[in-house]
Amino acid sequence: MIASNTSNRIVIQPVTRVEGHGKVTILLDEQRRVQQARLHIVEFRGFERFIQGRPYWEVPVLVQRLCGICPVSHHLAAAKAMDRIVGVRQLTPTAEKIRRLMHYGQFFQSHALHFFHLVSPDLLFGFDADPAIRNVIGVAAKFPDLAVQGVMMRKYGQEIIKLTAGKKIHGTGAIPGGVNKNLTTAERDLLLKDLPQMLTWSRAAHKLAKDYTTEHLAKLAPFGSFESNHLSLIRADGAMDLYHGNLRAIEAQGHKIFDQIDYQNYLDYIVEEVRNWSYMKFPFIKSMGPEKGWYRVGPLARLNTADFIDTPEAEKARQEFMAVTNNKPNNISMAYHWARMIELLHAIEKIQQLLQDADLQGKDLMVQGQRQRTGIGLIEAPRGTLFHHYEVDEQDLVVRANLIVSTTHNNEAMNRAVQKVAHDHLSGVEITEGLLNHVEVAIRAYDPCLSCATHALGQMPLIVELLDHAGHLLDTRSRN
Amino acid sequence: MEKCKSILVFGYGNPGRQDDGLGPALAAMVADWNCPGVTVDCDYQLNIEDAATVAEHDGVIFADAAVNGPEPFAFQEILPFYQPTFTTHHQEAAGVLALAAQLFNKKVPGYLLAIRGYDFNEFGESLSAAAQLNLQQAATFLRQFIQNQAAGEPVGCTAAQLFKDRA
Repeated sequence: MIASNTSNRIVIQPVTRVEGHGKVTILLDEQRRVQQARLHIVEFRGFERFIQGRPYWEVPVLVQRLCGICPVSHHLAAAKAMDRIVGVRQLTPTAEKIRRLMHYGQFFQSHALHFFHLVSPDLLFGFDADPAIRNVIGVAAKFPDLAVQGVMMRKYGQEIIKLTAGKKIHGTGAIPGGVNKNLTTAERDLLLKDLPQMLTWSRAAHKLAKDYTTEHLAKLAPFGSFESNHLSLIRADGAMDLYHGNLRAIEAQGHKIFDQIDYQNYLDYIVEEVRNWSYMKFPFIKSMGPEKGWYRVGPLARLNTADFIDTPEAEKARQEFMAVTNNKPNNISMAYHWARMIELLHAIEKIQQLLQDADLQGKDLMVQGQRQRTGIGLIEAPRGTLFHHYEVDEQDLVVRANLIVSTTHNNEAMNRAVQKVAHDHLSGVEITEGLLNHVEVAIRAYDPCLSCATHALGQMPLIVELLDHAGHLLDTRSRN
Repeated sequence: MEKCKSILVFGYGNPGRQDDGLGPALAAMVADWNCPGVTVDCDYQLNIEDAATVAEHDGVIFADAAVNGPEPFAFQEILPFYQPTFTTHHQEAAGVLALAAQLFNKKVPGYLLAIRGYDFNEFGESLSAAAQLNLQQAATFLRQFIQNQAAGEPVGCTAAQLFKDRA
């Protein structure tokens, strides 16, 4: 913890893991106004050392151990990178569709979990409600049907992952150049059985997010909001594509910064800045520099960059979403939740399409090519664009790895969101429950992954500390 | 407490983070025992959908690594209790029990087997030597517990007796 000689420093420390925890530091000036806010996230470290010296074909399985929340995204991004290592640019139809099904299953369960478990309490009870009520148990008590839907939607997505990746933990479905299993008709029929219910619930979840956002727009629009650039993968025809595409970046008014960039060349366009106060890097668009080149990724960015969505219900929802900002990019941070539910709808529509496709039962699973030294794989993870970059030597061993995860891309944006909330809601030098609630709600909009690390008993609870300019503890607050 | 008809053993943790893999390692051992009436599940962490799985059973034993606490392990009954989380996506075992009760109207007796680990801060796929010893003792205890269940002993009494014997 750092204390400044010239300023008061307020520290909000939500520690939930050995590492992978977040801490918010709000810096006041001499007049005790908010001068700066910083979100510290301890990113996973040591990955390169862990992966170096390992055979490339092990990597898609190994990287799942980075994170217990989005292992499928790491699995598929690494597999895409290793496709390039084995010289494969085009998978068989069965392999690509199995991977896509796995990916949409991951989106479905991740978005459902975030919305029903973490966000719906904020929306249903209000930001200022008592945390003892503002949680999933509170939702279960007052809106039991909604809570059960969230659980069962999450379970459905997990079932898709299990059937396509082979198992719940350390799945092996995607391998360099393809997949190692198809989907049997029995497995397909199992998923089809619950599909109508999932579609119905997805529509309802989207409606809830849309209605809440539009009905509370006056309050939500300024909350933790600011103009920004946006970045995502995009299909060649401009459609949203969560599995594959080229890079597109737009600025706050919608003008393209770059478009249809082959992500194998990402280093020509994206730079990672290191700052001395954070373990996490700050990526920015090279041509714009660090001050103006930072950007957002994830559902809001993807809605803003896409020209259209190629499933009918999600496309209709996208048009409604964009109409709120007169078809200009939507820079409202709290609109992330609505955007996320549009993607939920898109994911279940895609799952429906895929389950009706006989290619899923195909036997042609693998392609081979000319061995390469470098492989770069990008994918749109639920939280945003995920970069995997590897170099492999002549002995087939990984010699270098670089990852940029979604939460890293959103690092600057989350800092700005916290600063905006602190500026608008901090009064005096006391960390009130209300301020803590608002900081949480602002960060939660980005669905950051703070737990690419261990999970074990005995960790620290949520702690809030207030220090004066000399580092003396003035106040402390804990969730537990 | 009534005898359990079906037991779920749920080991959780990240096997790629050294001793954090104690829970999954125990789950793998239990799966190899092929005990009648015992279902084994395993994941990186607990989550809300696990409440649905728990609700399908008459008793559940959660197995996790512990960064502190008794060696070689602690075993205790847990009661349904939901603790709000900040922004991470995992549930505590007591929270899963609370969700099972609230969402599925199923009050499932639950126990937590907390196996003491030591090394958590690096990437690595193997358990420390001390954690492996703790795992073996925890497995021996759990196997006896399950066998007693099969013999018809009440869950609560068996656990208390074994815990007392071990101490």
